[in-house]
Amino acid sequence: MVHGAEDVFCDRCGADATTGAHADCVRARALEPPRYCSRCRRRMIVQVTPGGWTARCAEHGTHASR
Amino acid sequence: MTQILDVARTQVLGRGIGFDEAQAARALGLPDAELDALLDLAHDVRLKWCGDEVEVEGIVSLKTGGCPEDCHFCSQSGLFDSPVRSAWLDVPSLVRAARETAATGATEFCIVAAVRGPDERLMQQVREGVAAIAAEVDINVACSLGMLTQAQVDELAAIGVHRYNHNLETARSYFPDVVSTHSYEERLDTCEMVRKAGMELCCGGILGMGETVAQRAEFAAQLAALAPDEVPLNFLNPRPGTPFGDQQPMSATDALRAVATFRLVMPRTILRFAGGREITLGDLAERGVRGGVNAVIVGNYLTTLGRPASEDLSMLADLKMPIKALAKDL
Repeated sequence: MVHGAEDVFCDRCGADATTGAHADCVRARALEPPRYCSRCRRRMIVQVTPGGWTARCAEHGTHASR
Repeated sequence: MTQILDVARTQVLGRGIGFDEAQAARALGLPDAELDALLDLAHDVRLKWCGDEVEVEGIVSLKTGGCPEDCHFCSQSGLFDSPVRSAWLDVPSLVRAARETAATGATEFCIVAAVRGPDERLMQQVREGVAAIAAEVDINVACSLGMLTQAQVDELAAIGVHRYNHNLETARSYFPDVVSTHSYEERLDTCEMVRKAGMELCCGGILGMGETVAQRAEFAAQLAALAPDEVPLNFLNPRPGTPFGDQQPMSATDALRAVATFRLVMPRTILRFAGGREITLGDLAERGVRGGVNAVIVGNYLTTLGRPASEDLSMLADLKMPIKALAKDL
């Protein structure tokens, strides 16, 4: 999924988000946290909890569901 | 009505005697046209032998990823090219997750670790976590930490873990196609130790991993022989990078047929909807709760997301099914 100009990688599959539709990834992300940093493609350390998730990229910081 | 449903009405509903493997296979073979009748009967069995309450549970991953085992469905195995990285949850976060779970009305909170079995570091985290939750949150604590030694079983029982989850995952005959790094018997050993130690046993598995219908019946019968207090039913959610990552989710009708059949095999067991129901059943999950299920996991799972707890609680309210209240007896 692409969120902004700096987000060039799909946060689900890690591939180049600017090529291909990633329709399956977009659909799957409704029930999955992100796994790859959308800015640098690093695999993130993800913690899922009953009410949310956090995803930490060593370079670009932590994203959270809320 | 089909003969097997007549048998179910007399034997299971009437006398509380669960189906055997052959009977389960016949139920699993019922055509779609008879699915509603099967589900209605399973619902009647559940109401008669379990009551109308629904047990609500939340789960959290204490230690994620990096598992040395090769369970082919699992994105947390360190042996597969999965995007899941290792993570540890600290005790304050664990307590926060328990509190969030309790706020939904849940009575169960299960602490899960992706390991073959707990090492001392994990046991220490569990000791501290269980004690902190007991001090701060009104909820029963369950654990799922892989295969245990007798000393670990005894300690978990002593610190107040009232239920332990250890799934058989699938039928004995299909197990070698799912896991090669440990045996079915090793799993059974832990289950037996848990029961003997006085903890409640939670033991289920995952449907739709490529097992045949006959193996699904075999699995139900093998679970029944173990007589767990709870059976969590997961449906395969194919995870990228795992050996089962390219499988298709099982059909909703097959999943519902299995739910009803497992209820007919185990009329008194807590039968819980667990992972994968969102992609397998979608809105038909409601039919499962009117088809034999009497427990749900609310909120997110270990590495994937579930429906918001509020949606499931709203569904239960619409169905006029009361949520089981907390009864701590330890």
